[in-house]
Amino acid sequence: MSRSIASAMGPGGESLVKELGFTALIGLALTVPLISYETIDDVGGLQLQGRWAATAFIVAALVMGRLGIILLRTPGRETWVAAGGALAAVVGLLDLFRDTVAGVLGLERWPAISPSYTLAFLLGVGGAVLAIRAAVQISRRNSAISKAERDARMESLGEQVRKLVRVFAAVAVLFALTLPFMPFSNRYVMDVGTLIVTYVMLGWGLNIIVGYAGLLDLGYVAFYAVGAYSYALGAQYLGVSFWLALPFAGLLAASFGLILGFPVLRLRGDYFAIVTLGFGEIIRIILINWYDVTNGPDGISGIPRPDFFGLATMTRRGSDGLPAFHEYFGLEYSSEHRVIFLYYLIVAMAALVAVFTVRIRRLPIGRAWEALREDDIACASLGINRTTVKLAAFGISAAWGGFAGAFFATRQGFISPESFTFIESAIILAIVVMGGMGSLVGIAIAAALLIGLPEVFRDLAEYRMVAFGAGLVMIMIWRPRGLLSHREPSVLLADRSPPGRPVPAKAVAAGEVAQ
Amino acid sequence: MAYLLQQLINGLTLGSIYGLIAIGYTMVYGIIGMINFAHGEIYMIGAFVAVIAFTAFSNLPLVVAIMLVLLFSMVITAAYGWTVERVAYRPLRGSFRLAPLISAIGMSIFLQNYVQLLQGARNKPVPPMIQGGFTVMQEGTFTVQLSYLQIMIVVTTLVLMAGFTHFINTTSLGRQQRACEQDKTMAALLGVNVDRTVSLTFVLGAGLAAVAGVMVTLYYGVVDFYLGFLAGLKAFTAAVLGGIGSLPGAMLGGILIGLIEALWAGYFSSEWKDVAAFSILVLVLIFRPQGLLGRPEVEKV
Repeated sequence: MSRSIASAMGPGGESLVKELGFTALIGLALTVPLISYETIDDVGGLQLQGRWAATAFIVAALVMGRLGIILLRTPGRETWVAAGGALAAVVGLLDLFRDTVAGVLGLERWPAISPSYTLAFLLGVGGAVLAIRAAVQISRRNSAISKAERDARMESLGEQVRKLVRVFAAVAVLFALTLPFMPFSNRYVMDVGTLIVTYVMLGWGLNIIVGYAGLLDLGYVAFYAVGAYSYALGAQYLGVSFWLALPFAGLLAASFGLILGFPVLRLRGDYFAIVTLGFGEIIRIILINWYDVTNGPDGISGIPRPDFFGLATMTRRGSDGLPAFHEYFGLEYSSEHRVIFLYYLIVAMAALVAVFTVRIRRLPIGRAWEALREDDIACASLGINRTTVKLAAFGISAAWGGFAGAFFATRQGFISPESFTFIESAIILAIVVMGGMGSLVGIAIAAALLIGLPEVFRDLAEYRMVAFGAGLVMIMIWRPRGLLSHREPSVLLADRSPPGRPVPAKAVAAGEVAQ
Repeated sequence: MAYLLQQLINGLTLGSIYGLIAIGYTMVYGIIGMINFAHGEIYMIGAFVAVIAFTAFSNLPLVVAIMLVLLFSMVITAAYGWTVERVAYRPLRGSFRLAPLISAIGMSIFLQNYVQLLQGARNKPVPPMIQGGFTVMQEGTFTVQLSYLQIMIVVTTLVLMAGFTHFINTTSLGRQQRACEQDKTMAALLGVNVDRTVSLTFVLGAGLAAVAGVMVTLYYGVVDFYLGFLAGLKAFTAAVLGGIGSLPGAMLGGILIGLIEALWAGYFSSEWKDVAAFSILVLVLIFRPQGLLGRPEVEKV
């Protein structure tokens, strides 16, 4: 039977059947235990419940997708693939929105083809991706320009985008500054805004070590935790105010960075990453187990809110001899004042990081970081002290993490080791990676996307981390340099190269493999 | 004395499990020079498949059930290992240095939450199946127990290790694997299918991790989706301790980590045992980065 199909498909048919069969086998292995059976807790132990419709659907979809990819290998069949992909996309979309569509058209609600909304979504996305791939292939074949010309066009397009970035950055800053006074602004918007800006600040802080110095730090959350706990503990045991604690939180985090950084900075890239991850976990375990001081997993609550620069409190009634904020300025009392104040506080702190970063990039130390990122060994032979340069990056980056941590503690009013898990580090890292490792604007956009989107799609919260993990992989495959890649040196000798001409990605990659 | 002996037995059992996982790390690092951060999750999937399979095969006689579960879990987990390499790592060959590691972190987060989404966040219990054991020693009221299960875990590990070493050292596929480890370009020139060999490495590593997953399901009787993270880190520590890239090193490192952890938990405090493991990782990397049995790495310009 299979043989007759194979021969009917002409030459290469046999290997086609083989490949599709392999895909089906892998698909079955991936789905049969984990998707086909749901384990359900029952009185007598676990019970299994079948989900066979989903299994069959997934395997069929995988085989069809594989068939599409195989067909794309030989030119001339793209139209079929594009049509098939588009069909799948439409079916997925119709399944997803069938309630709405049926309502609008006044029809009966028809039975869905996909077994679940998740699968309908995946079918739609998969079909769309396949159709787009096919369409791109068609347009490439029909256009007369060569690959080099196309690359050049993309390059100049990228150039224009980079020019637009400045405009965009200005608009974004303006938007951030006026957000509290926008007509749509409310408590919820302000909270999400504050959260996003906190992550923007964390991303910019981590960017110094990942984006500039080129070291992968998987334990950044440790410094965030040190900052948060140093303010929380200081307030609890010593009664320190936020403004007094803020510099100390940064200093403490920086010194932690230096202490941790000193032994591990000699390590190679991925070892370094794992060791920083280990340190992050150690700090978390200490916070959990040092019950007498940190209150262990229960966390610290009742962390005081910051006052208005020592002039007024942000509470309803003044205390400690300070008037309340609304009394001081003669305003009507509103609980929004504190939210807006906290928002502006984090915006100011983030702005400080941005200005600092932009400036330090042009100093010798900043240039040394960039040089180090590109070629470690060349740097050493040019007389740059690798350890001190890396240590500086580590310490400064940690200090920003500590500042953000102190802010986090005062905003939440409650912290526990739960807030400082590895996932948090991974999210901050993903922001930096997605933003393009080095581009401040890119990081801000990435933070807005990665933190803002899950807030928008709250109903889909359980899919959040799955999508996050898959997204990280896809970015590495399609745009390993991030959404807005930026690898030009900040400072160039006048006539060395035409300005704004980035190093071809191939050459950079090759150079790094050779290291 | 009796207490020490008991801790040594427990540590050896735990260490065998770590050793099996560590082989996956060490082989992948040996052949493509990346830390397969998602390997801990592969092991977790092995354990979950074991839970499902044990529940499905609960009517069969015990020996048959265990054999079937082992086989089933190995096949399924190997398929996951293969897919992870194909989807997340192969497209990144020749990309910049940290790309595979970041991709691996993404894969690890994905797999963890994928399993949570499909099977729920709660612990999955398995009824105890192999009970009883020998009393090795009696000292006062303290009896040293060596359970049948512990014997099974250690013996299975030893058999697998022996078989695996034999495979790598004598078969044609093993030779190809070693050739790729030394020089991929040269191996490709001599007709070795490098892509297939790398895939094979992932499949084998995942298969061994699956055995570890089955064993841990039997040993602790409970599995959750977060199981792979810590075990993966410790197994990686074991691989580094033994000398990354070295097979006997991975086994030795695994057993050492298991012993250290058991002794630490037995004599100091069990809350801090994870700190012990991480501290070892840091100390080894700083003072002896090539590990106990590894070759020192030469920095090439």
